[in-house]
Amino acid sequence: MAATDTPAKDPAATTATAPAPRRTSGKGLRWLRRNLVTLAGLATLAYLVLPNVVVMVFSFNKPNGRFNYQWTRFSTDAWTDPCGVADMCGSLGLSLEIAVWATVGATALGTMIAFALARYRFRARAAVNTLIFLPMAMPEVVMAASLATLFLNMGIRFGFWTILIAHIMFCLSFVVTAVKARVMSMDPRLEQAAQDLYATPVQTFLRVTLPIAAPGIAAGALLSFALSFDDFIITNFNAGSTVTFPMFVWGSAQRGTPVQINVIGTAMFLVAVLCVFAGQTAGNRRKRSKRS
Amino acid sequence: MTTTSTPQSSGGDVRLHRISKTYGSFTAVHPLDLTIPAGSFFALLGASGCGKTTTLRMIAGLEEPTTGTVELAGRDVTALPPYKRQVNTVFQNYALFPHLDIYENVAFGLRRRGIKSVKKQVEEMLDLVQLGPMARRKPQQLSGGQQQRVAVARALINHPEVLLLDEPLGALDLKLRRQMQLELKRIQTEVGITFVHVTHDQEEAMTMADTVAVMNGGRVEQLGAPAELYENPATTFVANFLGTSNLIEAEVTEAGGTELVLTAGGATLRLPTRRCSTPARKGEKVLAGFRPEKVVLAHADDAAAIPEGHNRMAGRVKIASFIGVSTQYVVDVPGVGELSVYEQNIGRDGRLVPGADIVLHWEPEHTFGLDADQSLLAGTVGDAGADLDEEAA
Repeated sequence: MAATDTPAKDPAATTATAPAPRRTSGKGLRWLRRNLVTLAGLATLAYLVLPNVVVMVFSFNKPNGRFNYQWTRFSTDAWTDPCGVADMCGSLGLSLEIAVWATVGATALGTMIAFALARYRFRARAAVNTLIFLPMAMPEVVMAASLATLFLNMGIRFGFWTILIAHIMFCLSFVVTAVKARVMSMDPRLEQAAQDLYATPVQTFLRVTLPIAAPGIAAGALLSFALSFDDFIITNFNAGSTVTFPMFVWGSAQRGTPVQINVIGTAMFLVAVLCVFAGQTAGNRRKRSKRS
Repeated sequence: MTTTSTPQSSGGDVRLHRISKTYGSFTAVHPLDLTIPAGSFFALLGASGCGKTTTLRMIAGLEEPTTGTVELAGRDVTALPPYKRQVNTVFQNYALFPHLDIYENVAFGLRRRGIKSVKKQVEEMLDLVQLGPMARRKPQQLSGGQQQRVAVARALINHPEVLLLDEPLGALDLKLRRQMQLELKRIQTEVGITFVHVTHDQEEAMTMADTVAVMNGGRVEQLGAPAELYENPATTFVANFLGTSNLIEAEVTEAGGTELVLTAGGATLRLPTRRCSTPARKGEKVLAGFRPEKVVLAHADDAAAIPEGHNRMAGRVKIASFIGVSTQYVVDVPGVGELSVYEQNIGRDGRLVPGADIVLHWEPEHTFGLDADQSLLAGTVGDAGADLDEEAA
């Protein structure tokens, strides 16, 4: 990380300490001043992307021994055999499954809560508004431990369902926050206009309300998926003998890190980047065709 | 629901019977009876908070009346939700669907009624409002005036019995507003649908509407043709809200004939009895009103040339402001106060500068009489009653 920090600090330090000899300063300083924003931006980007690059590079490593921490030589072994490590793909499948269901559950419930909070005045509305933020604000370990206690006392067996319930719970607040912002900024006259134009309440919801709220719902759903997929702390407390992908990575880190973990990490990263790119190009094309 | 195959919808009568709306202890609309004849262009005019928008929303079904009934084309629709009423609205700020393009915005109403082939109708409607080439744009890519026309097209394509317009031109600049006033009037004449138009702009109401109802404090103050309201205001609110009026408190000295004789500030004024909206008896007070543009300003030296029989008052020019088409004077009349006078700029008299002694005169026929038992300032810009927040409705 030290390597990425220096270029960001450098130009800032120069401009901060040497503003006085503005005229006499050389070409170099002027160039720096003009490009400072670009440099700072690039440095920040590097700071964000570098860990991913390391993961990606090391997915092509062929380590000596069990730990993939030192570069030895290039190989595609792990990529050609991603499920070559025992139990890893099983845990990956489970994590994906839980993430999908947690996303569906949290998005459906969270959207309804958001609409209720944004649209209706009811008793304890303010209290609900605050309580919704609690899972975001509470330290995860505390929540994890108390959930485990709760499940134990209720006599519920740890496993898939306890993980799912826990994940839906902590994803909810994120969905509510994202959707509520969108619904609050929506002009209530749009729904009145739909009704005025012969749309029944159901049609109004499906044709006007939902499409306009969709970006907020999508943002909430994406957040939920990401949060659920890589959650470790809460899952670890409430999983029993079930092993999710993050738990597998943690477990294997004690004994040795298979290169396949980097392969899965890289693949996930690429899929996410691809989704973003696809979304942007589609948006751009739509905009361009509208203009013509 | 009628089919949309009839291109010339005749529109229907709107009948409001003892309709009212209260929010808690606040009465937005007092029990109101109103009949809007089919095919007319009807304007509800008033300052914000006067109940005009609430009245409109009750016709649309977006607001449930506290008492009374709404009748559309002879059918009681009070209990019907908005999507079952053959009424469409052009909303303030248009409320176009941001996620749909112009074509789909306009087609929305037809599609909701299960009409499959909408292409021809939508294209015709876009042509009517001259937006054919914009069909595939999104609302936010259009200018204010274009959005306004989309809103009109989206409502009109359904051939409603009544088209409701809620301050439809409020967001446009003055020049565009003038243009859209004529445009809306043209469309209304073309399609023959009943238009009910809510506005706070008296000029807009008078330009477009056949009939204007002036509302104030949840009640209709006066209803009639624009010229009728302007020439014969029945209350000080109407006199001040539509244009400008000079109102003077006067005492009746002679009554009974076709003309009342009044005295105000030492001057004797005459007022045709039929132009006095309140029964006036000798010794009582009335308000004598006259419009600033009906008054002629004469320099005191020319007082002898004033025609016999004109009402006249002597005073002094206080302010003269040149507007272009006219010059507006504020004249101080002793014992009466300040009066305003608008003079067309034809052969301006150079002597009429501040400080000049003048005589103002006008035909008795141009005087109107009002009940003295009301505020002289009702309906003027500074009137507190006009500043209520419409958003509460």
